[in-house]
Amino acid sequence: MSLTSDEVAKIAHLARLAVEPQQLEALGAELSKILDLVAEMDAVDTGQVTPMAHPLEMAQRLREDLVTEPIARERYQAGAPAVENGLFLVPKVIE
Amino acid sequence: MQWETVIGLEIHTQLATKAKIFSASSTEFGAEPNTQASLIDLGMPGVLPVLNREAVRMAVRFGKAIGAQVAERSVFARKNYFYPDLPKGYQISQYELPVVGEGSVEVMQENGSGKVVGVTRAHLEEDAGKSLHEDFHGMTGIDLNRAGTPLLEIVSEPDMRSAKEAVAYAKKIHQIVTYIGICDGNMQEGSFRMDANVSIRPQGQAELGTRAELKNINSFRFLEKAINYEVGRQIEVLEDGGRVVQETRLYDADKDETRSMRSKEEANDYRYFPDPDLLPLQIDAASIAEVVAEMPELPDARRARFEADYGLSAYDADVLTSTRAQADYYETAAAAGGDAKLAANWVMGELAAALNKQGLDIGESPVAAATLGGLVARIKDNTISSKIAKGVLAAIWAGEGDADAIIEARGLRQITDSGAIEALVDEVLAVNAEQVENYRNADASKQPKMLGFFVGQIMKKSQGKANPQQVNALLRKKLEA
Amino acid sequence: MELHEQSIAQLSRRLGAGEVSSTELTTHMLERIRAHDAALNCFITVTEETALAQAKTADERIAAGQAGPLTGVPIAHKDIFCTLDVRTSCGSRMLENFMSPYDATVVGKLQQAGTVMLGKTNMDEFAMGSSNETSYFGPVRNPWDTGTVPGGSSGGSAAAVAARLCVAATGTDTGGSIRQPAALTGITGLKPTYGRCSRWGMVAFASSLDQAGPMARSAEDVAFMLAGIAGFDERDSTSAQRPVDDYAGALGNDIRGVRIGVVREFMGDGLDAGVGASVLAAVEELKRLGAEMVEISLPNAGLSVPAYYVVAPAECSSNLARFDGVRYGHRCEDPKDLEDLYKRSRSEGFGAEVKRRIMIGTYALSAGYYDAYYLKAQKVRQLIADDFRQAFEKCDVIVGPTAPGTAFRLGEKADDPVSMYLQDIYTIAVNLAGLPGMSIPAPASDGMPVGLQLIGSYFDEARLLNVAHQLQLATDWHRQRPAGF
Repeated sequence: MSLTSDEVAKIAHLARLAVEPQQLEALGAELSKILDLVAEMDAVDTGQVTPMAHPLEMAQRLREDLVTEPIARERYQAGAPAVENGLFLVPKVIE
Repeated sequence: MQWETVIGLEIHTQLATKAKIFSASSTEFGAEPNTQASLIDLGMPGVLPVLNREAVRMAVRFGKAIGAQVAERSVFARKNYFYPDLPKGYQISQYELPVVGEGSVEVMQENGSGKVVGVTRAHLEEDAGKSLHEDFHGMTGIDLNRAGTPLLEIVSEPDMRSAKEAVAYAKKIHQIVTYIGICDGNMQEGSFRMDANVSIRPQGQAELGTRAELKNINSFRFLEKAINYEVGRQIEVLEDGGRVVQETRLYDADKDETRSMRSKEEANDYRYFPDPDLLPLQIDAASIAEVVAEMPELPDARRARFEADYGLSAYDADVLTSTRAQADYYETAAAAGGDAKLAANWVMGELAAALNKQGLDIGESPVAAATLGGLVARIKDNTISSKIAKGVLAAIWAGEGDADAIIEARGLRQITDSGAIEALVDEVLAVNAEQVENYRNADASKQPKMLGFFVGQIMKKSQGKANPQQVNALLRKKLEA
Repeated sequence: MELHEQSIAQLSRRLGAGEVSSTELTTHMLERIRAHDAALNCFITVTEETALAQAKTADERIAAGQAGPLTGVPIAHKDIFCTLDVRTSCGSRMLENFMSPYDATVVGKLQQAGTVMLGKTNMDEFAMGSSNETSYFGPVRNPWDTGTVPGGSSGGSAAAVAARLCVAATGTDTGGSIRQPAALTGITGLKPTYGRCSRWGMVAFASSLDQAGPMARSAEDVAFMLAGIAGFDERDSTSAQRPVDDYAGALGNDIRGVRIGVVREFMGDGLDAGVGASVLAAVEELKRLGAEMVEISLPNAGLSVPAYYVVAPAECSSNLARFDGVRYGHRCEDPKDLEDLYKRSRSEGFGAEVKRRIMIGTYALSAGYYDAYYLKAQKVRQLIADDFRQAFEKCDVIVGPTAPGTAFRLGEKADDPVSMYLQDIYTIAVNLAGLPGMSIPAPASDGMPVGLQLIGSYFDEARLLNVAHQLQLATDWHRQRPAGF
C-alpha cells in the first residue's frame, strides 16, 4: 500500500490540516507504513461477521424533553479567540 | 422536443420540542446570540449527546401519519464536514438506518384528481447554527442558538412532474406536520425548509436526467418560482447542446433566478460512520402503539368526516380542514351554534373576510370559536336575522361582549310576535294604498318583486327586527285577500 | 512509615483518628512535587491553592464525622479530564490555555468523595502515544530510570504514583494507556469495562474505546478509587445502568479454584524473554495460591493492533474536528480566510502523532475506502470479542504480559510509529472487546518493572481486584519503589 502525494493532499484537505507540498511524499510513506500494518486484517475472512460498533449490547437511553441546561454565555466564551456582541467571529464566510 | 420535469423534495422540519435533540437547552426562536448554546451545543471538549425522547416520539408520529414503517432499530451517524456554524465538525444525523422508512401521501393534482407521492424516508438530525454576514470588520458572526434543534428531514421519491405538484406535496407535508403537532410550520422562522432536486428528461425516457439541488427555500411561492426557473434553465442548456451539471444551486428571490453555489461544492466527502457516542435507537411495538393511540385525526380523514357528518360540500370541507386550527375552530363553532352548515357559512364567509382584511390568522381571531357559535345559535333560533347578525359580529370583534349581551344591550331581538308584526303590516299597507292596488292588478310574475317594496318598508319601520319570514307570509296573505 | 508510602486505607484510618490532617498530608505531597517533579515532568499544572482549599474542606468533613474512605486523600488527574476553571490541556498546544468551564463526572465524583486534587498530569497529546513523548509539554521520565519513558498515554499519572508524588491518580485507557504505563512504572492500574465510568468531561479520543480508570500502588487502593468513580451517569449515553459492586468488600475472597486462563498467543514471539519469565513467575504464584491454570487461545488477537489503527483513528479524526480555532483553543494569527483559519490553527495546534492519526482516520472513512477499512475493522473487532467470549467459558480471569518489554529509552521508538503501536499489542484487544483489564507488578526484570495483565469478563472488576489483591498479599512486587523518590 502506498499513498500518492495527491491522495495525501486530498486527505489533508478533508481533515483541514496544512501540509507543505515538499512534505507530501514523506508523509505519504509514513502513512503507508501504518496502512500496511492495517492491511494485516485482510488475512481473515469476515464475510459473515456482523460489524461491532459498540462494545456493549445496549439500546440508546432517552432523555425527557426538559430545558434544564444552564447557559452562561460569558463564561463559555471566556476562552474564545474572537467574540463580538456575543457572536463568535470567523473570517468572512462566502455563500 | 417535449420535456418532462422530475422533482423530488427534501424537507427539513424543525420539531416542536422544548429542548434540543441532544442537549437540554431551549429551542425557542429569537433569543440573544449564543444564549441558548450549552456546553454540548458549543461542542466543548468532553461533552456527550443524550437523545430527546420527544423528538423520537414526533418522528414516530410522522411515520405513522404517512403509513410508513417505523424502524425497530435505527442508527445515528456522523456527517463530517467543516463549517463555522457546525460546532463539532460533524452533524449527528441518520444515514443507513433512518427512523422512518417508506410511506406516502396523496396530493391533489391540477386536474383535480388525486396523486400518490412516495416518501422515501424521514430521519432525525440536529440543526446547525447560523452565520451572520453583517459586517463585523469583514468577519462573519456565528450564533449557535439554533445548533442542536431537532430536525426531521423528510425525503420524497422523485414523483412530482411539475412545480405545482411539488408545491401541492410540500403543502401536504406542511399540513400533516402541523396537524400532528410536531412542527409549528413557521416558514419565516425557518421551521419548514425545502430543498428541491430538479431534473428534466425527454418525454417518454425512463432514465432520469442530471439533477440540480435547489437549496433552502422557505416559501411555497418561491418553491414554485425556483423550480420553474430551473426547469427553463435546464431546457435552455440542453437545447443549446449543453449538459446539466449536478450541483447545488441557490434561489435568489430578488432576481427570480437560481445560481450555482460552487463554493460549497468542492469535493464533499462526508465520511459518514455510526456515532460511537450514541447507541442504536430501539423503538418497541408498545411505544409505537402509544403514539398511534394519541394520534390526532389526520387532515384527509377529517375532511371526509366533515363531508359525511356535517353534510358539507367537498370544497367547504377542504377549506375548513386546511389547517388544524381552522378545523378545530370550525368544529367548536358548529357545536356551539347547533347548525353545521350555517356555522360553515359564517366561518368561511363573514369571519374569514374580516380576518383577511386585517391579515390575521384563524388562531389570532378576536372572535373565539365558541363566541361565533353563540352568534350562529341566535340566527338559528330566529332571535336575530342574518343581516342583524353581521352588525353583532362587528360588535363582538370590537370587544363589546358575546352575541347575547350585544343583542340585549342594543335591543336587537327579532320581533316574532304575530300581533306586533300584523300591526306593522297593516300600518304600511294603509299608508301605501296605491301600491297595494297596483300589486293586486299586476301580473303574477311581477308580484314577487313588488312584494319586496312592502317588506322593505316594514323592515325599515321595525329597524330590521321584524322576522322576515313572518312578514312575508303575512303580507302575502293580506295582499291576496 | 513515611506519609507518602501509606495506602489509602492506612491514610483514611489515620486521618479519621486525627493523627494527621489532610492539610498536612497535602502540604507534604505538594512539597514532594516541588522537590521531584522537575526531574520527571509528571505535572502540567499543579493546583496548589485548590489542593489546600480542598484539604481544608476535607479536614472539616472528617471532623464532622462525614468522611468516606477517600476523604482527604491527595490525588492527581490526567489532564484529559475537564476540571472547572483549571487548565485542561490534553497535552496539546491546541488546549494550552483552555480553562474548562465544567468538571468531568469522574472529577466531580472524586471531589464529592472528598479527594484533594494536587494537579493535572502530563500525557501523550490527546492520549495518542505509548511513551508520553508526544506531549506538547515535554516527555515524562520514568522514575525507575529517568533515561527511559514511563509509557503512555497516562505516563504522567503513572510516574507521579510510582514516585509517590500523589497517592493515586486517574488515567484513561483507549488501547492500553492505563495498563502499559502502569506496567512500565511498577504500579497497579485498572481499565474498567466500557461504560462502567462516565466519559462526560473526558476529552474524547476514540469514543467507543475510551474508558477512565484508577492508577495507584496496590489493588486495594485501586478498589477504593474505582468505587469513587464508577457508576451510571445520565449525561453519557454509553454509561452502563447497573449497580456498582462492592470492590473493597470482595478483595478478601479466597482465590482457590479461580480458573486462570493463560493466553497462548501472548507468550510467544515478540515478548521480551525477561518479561516472559516474570509473567510466568507471577502465574506460578497464582497457582500456589490455589488458582487453577488453563491454557486458552485468542486466535484473532493478533489482528487487534491493525483493527485498532482503523477504529481509533477514524473516531479520533471526527472527535478532533471540533478543534477548529473558532470557539476555544488555539487559533492561528491573522487568518486570511476560513480555510486558512482551519488549516493553520489545526496544524499549529496538533503535534505530529495526532495529525498522523487524524489523516489515517480520515482516509479510512473516506468515500471508497469505508468498507475495506472501517467496516472490516468493525468485523475484526467482533471476532476478537467472540474470542474472549469463548475464552471466558473456560476461565474466570485471563492473564498475560501487559507490554512486550520493560521501559524503553526516550527517543528509541519516537521515529517509528509502527514499533510504538506494537507496545499495545497485548492491551488493545481488551479495549476493542470493551472488557476490564488490569496491570499489576510482576517480578522486576533487570531492575525494571514488569506488568502482569489481568483481564476479566464484562463488569467483573471485583474479581480482577480480588485476584490482584490476593497476589499482592502474598508478594512484595508492588511494594518496590524507585530509588531516589
